[in-house]
Amino acid sequence: MATAPEYVPAPGAMAPAPYVVRERVQETADTWTLTLEPLDGESAAVAPGQFVMVYVFGVGEVPISVSGALDRPAPLMLTVRSVGAVTQRLCASELGAVLGVRGPFGVGWPIAAAGRADVVVLAGGIGLAPLRPVLLHVLERRAEYGELVLLYGSRTPGDLLFRAELELWRGAASVDVTVDAADLAWQGKVGVVPQLVAGADFDAASASAFVCGPEIMLRFGIQALLDRGLAAARIFVSLERNMRCGVGHCGHCQLGPTLICRDGPVYDYETAAPWLRVRAL
Amino acid sequence: MAVGSVSMRRLDEVLQEVPFFAGMTEAQLGLIAGCGSNAIFDAGEVLVREGDAADTFYVVRHGTVAIDLHSPTRGSLTVETIGPGEIVGWSWLFPPHRWHFDVRALSPVRATAFDGACLRGKCEDDPVLGYDLMKRFAQVFIDRLQSTRLRLLDVYGDGA
Repeated sequence: MATAPEYVPAPGAMAPAPYVVRERVQETADTWTLTLEPLDGESAAVAPGQFVMVYVFGVGEVPISVSGALDRPAPLMLTVRSVGAVTQRLCASELGAVLGVRGPFGVGWPIAAAGRADVVVLAGGIGLAPLRPVLLHVLERRAEYGELVLLYGSRTPGDLLFRAELELWRGAASVDVTVDAADLAWQGKVGVVPQLVAGADFDAASASAFVCGPEIMLRFGIQALLDRGLAAARIFVSLERNMRCGVGHCGHCQLGPTLICRDGPVYDYETAAPWLRVRAL
Repeated sequence: MAVGSVSMRRLDEVLQEVPFFAGMTEAQLGLIAGCGSNAIFDAGEVLVREGDAADTFYVVRHGTVAIDLHSPTRGSLTVETIGPGEIVGWSWLFPPHRWHFDVRALSPVRATAFDGACLRGKCEDDPVLGYDLMKRFAQVFIDRLQSTRLRLLDVYGDGA
């Protein structure tokens, strides 16, 4: 079984560091990608799949997965959906605004577990954001991996993230996109993302899958991967609960015997499956 | 639509490669193939119209079709797309044998079209074949129902 990287708390785990909003790109009607730079010094290196706690001063703090990490210090890219008081203010941040950032936290995607085998990325909705670093990582090292397959679903064509990049990625990866509903202007697939698994071109005997999205979609998507013959230990899933402190102290994000902020958010499905079947968790 | 008849042997071979018919005996495939013919559609061409008599079903061999529904307020909406190896249409099985949706080719499509009345007759004459086919269509119903349920949940919405 592949093991996740060991958790190491970030140096700036408790005190928010000031970051400046340098760029703000609207992805969809309710989702923006913000590029942040630290007021002083360099951004912390963030591994694909890790998250940061972002503090909108005077409003509140939310966990946000990093959507642009490349294993090296770089501007912090966060793709945020405006769904609550904090994220609404976050998405409305003007260029030059200062936000507080703690982290990065948690363990990321164990991309090395894929070895030279095929990589399957299964994403639903905003779940593509934390998986974008996986795609970028593999695309930068294309010869080191087998087939790269992106299976992505969203509510409507207008809700698809990174649309320009989706077209670019088609050159080096198999990109299959579906939406829940569409008008006649949409020439792509209509259906749910787990349906894409059966027809995807990857070697289930050796491939690794990286999965993120709404938890209902996760369950059906993972079942489709298992039905294809993928081992549960090679299916990695990013989970979300009520992350608060980020360092495993407050206990709000407990999942079974683990704390998602510290031990996750990425788990292999063999480990996480028993907890996901417990409804109270 | 262009329609061409093919030899029984050729269509038998085609059906053997379609997952929907996997495991059927040669005799059963022969009976089914006797009701089939090749069909070719251009991109944008409408295969069937809502309300028309449902006397056919299709196995898509190449290309993709969209199942559409027209709304007076929202225009035409695509509710599902169907790709290679998949089945289009079950209204031929159940009275009043009328299509409930439009079906439109999204790309050039090659399909096998089956005469519903012909196949219903063979199923009545051969209940073993009829029961086998019904089980296979039931699996298609289940898969489409699961997909529909997931979308009804609006899993990408705020509360899912």
